[in-house]
Amino acid sequence: MRRFLRLLARPELGALVAAVVIFGFFLAVAPSFRSFAAFSTVLYQSSTIGIVAVGVGLLMIGGEFDLSAGVITISAGLVNSMFCWYLGVNLWAGAALSLAFCLLVGFLNGWLVMRTGIPSFLVTLGTFFVLQGANLGVTKLVTGSVSSRDISAIDGFTSLRAVFAWSFALGAATVWITVLWWALFVALAAWTLQRARAGNWIYAVGGAADSARAVGVPVVRTKIALFMTVSFLGWFVGMHLLYRFNTLQAGNGVGNEFLYIIAAVVGGTLLTGGFGNAFGVAIGAFIFGTTSLGIVYAGWDPNWFKAFLGVMLLLAVLVNTYVKRLSSSAPAAAAPAAGPPTPVPAASGKEGGRD
Amino acid sequence: MRPFLAVAAVAVLALAACSGGGRDATKTDSGGGGNAAGSSGFTVAFVTHETPGDTFWDKVRAGAEQAAKDTGVTLKYSNDPDAAKQAQLIQSAVDAKVNGIATTLVTPDALAGAVKSASTAGIPVVGLNAGIDQYQKLGALMYFGSDESLAGTSLGRRIAGEGVKHPLCVIHQTGSVSLEARCAGVKSAVPGTENIQVNGADDSAVTTTLQAKLAQDKSIDYVVALNAQVALDVLNAEQQASSRAKLATFDLNPDIAKKIKDGQVEFAVDQQPYVQGYLAVTSLYLYLKNGNDIGGGKPVLTGPSFVDQGNIDKILPFTEKNTR
Repeated sequence: MRRFLRLLARPELGALVAAVVIFGFFLAVAPSFRSFAAFSTVLYQSSTIGIVAVGVGLLMIGGEFDLSAGVITISAGLVNSMFCWYLGVNLWAGAALSLAFCLLVGFLNGWLVMRTGIPSFLVTLGTFFVLQGANLGVTKLVTGSVSSRDISAIDGFTSLRAVFAWSFALGAATVWITVLWWALFVALAAWTLQRARAGNWIYAVGGAADSARAVGVPVVRTKIALFMTVSFLGWFVGMHLLYRFNTLQAGNGVGNEFLYIIAAVVGGTLLTGGFGNAFGVAIGAFIFGTTSLGIVYAGWDPNWFKAFLGVMLLLAVLVNTYVKRLSSSAPAAAAPAAGPPTPVPAASGKEGGRD
Repeated sequence: MRPFLAVAAVAVLALAACSGGGRDATKTDSGGGGNAAGSSGFTVAFVTHETPGDTFWDKVRAGAEQAAKDTGVTLKYSNDPDAAKQAQLIQSAVDAKVNGIATTLVTPDALAGAVKSASTAGIPVVGLNAGIDQYQKLGALMYFGSDESLAGTSLGRRIAGEGVKHPLCVIHQTGSVSLEARCAGVKSAVPGTENIQVNGADDSAVTTTLQAKLAQDKSIDYVVALNAQVALDVLNAEQQASSRAKLATFDLNPDIAKKIKDGQVEFAVDQQPYVQGYLAVTSLYLYLKNGNDIGGGKPVLTGPSFVDQGNIDKILPFTEKNTR
């Protein structure tokens, strides 16, 4: 019984069950869903959401939000594209500049949240609007239109495409490199959360920032690093979009921030912080990909997709709440990564008190 | 940190050597000439339901701005996709006592009150882009735009002539009346038309959704995209799904113009947004200065104008200047 409860308390379990049920459901109702080609399309769709969702999940475990994560993907691509197009320089230079820009945005998000004490919801809402407006305004100034120009003839395009938007045929299916990157980022995040000291810090700052600070966790540094992780992954997806599609529309990207948050929540991350894990977030993104495309493969009217997504979100939250109650009512049963954060002995050493 | 910055700076400088494919360094400004703003003494408010960042609206605005320059009118541009807020923008133009108002009438019921208060205040209003059936009832003097269902029907007739049975019409914005009207027009000419809804704010989502649809239903023999960016996504999706469906699109941009030239896109239906903006401002100028009534009480159509391999050579340069 205890072991059963312990299993139930794992944050990704509800999501895993849901993923299997939804996947099986579409296998049953949609004949064209039953192919490796369809599966790899689903994986690709999941990866474009899932890569940023890894960062958003970590950030939410750390107790914060980032509403600018959707538009920063487009900002990242636009900075790279327009800088290189306007000055005629190698695209690698633009990609580096864009990375620096995104990390700066992430840093500013984190710094403002920590220094002003304004909730991250508001700070990043501000960043969201600033980026959205700047995307449009700057693109119009530089290109004279509201979409970026085709950059496929500029030096460095082929090598950057190989890094960010490479694909290979596997039978009738196409496998995109974003799927491999996604797997790598999920594994890295999972390792960090479970094995690295930084993982303990993330749970601690999300669960109870004050107690964490009291035992010497560098709260400010951890949270700023989390915001920068999100904007790094946003940059990464932005690079994919740019090098797969060559041009970007400056008004795009809006709304995706919610998909990242939904993936994290469906995957068992608590909105209040301190609880969740990377595999759960990946499963959340996979559920998103399966549902959004499964409905199309089944030949249903995709107008209903959002309604379906909403129901799933509510169910996921219900399951999470239930699981959390179960785990806290069975004191010894909580899995180490999933329980309420306990003071972290590892962190109380030499890093103590400097933040 | 410092060594990293130094390395980055060196790398940027090293890579900053000139490279082809970017902006044409000798490009000259296409604007040119024009009167001083306000030299005619008229101020025109231009209110649209533009969703920021759409290339289509960018051209409407470019046309309006060029017309203001040519006629010496002071142009006050504002936009909001939300109907109630758009009505508020019209109302504030009335309050500011502008000389004329040009507005899109996409949600006639919501805008009726504001348009009426303009007429009451003696400010002439012209409609553009949307509201072809309602503009007279609302009290607007003239109308410049494309008839969306006519445009859809024309496109449908053209592809029906090629023996198309099962076209897919891609709606990229949920709940848009004019996009639905285009698809309904296509369907009226080709009864086998099917609609699909995609998230137009995310190119990878558009591509995968269409890829899934094309894989699920191999009988789709034609895809109708309702804007230029979606059309480019359709090409990606078709390649992924090994679909041989032909592609036609609404609206133009430089990329689509090139694809038409290459034969990857069959044709584009252009409602000439630049002309919509240009005529709306010019007509108000002529009305204020000279009492002119363009269209004689009937709407003035700016489309559908077909762009295909037959006329693309002439039109391609205009798309690059953002006027078509």
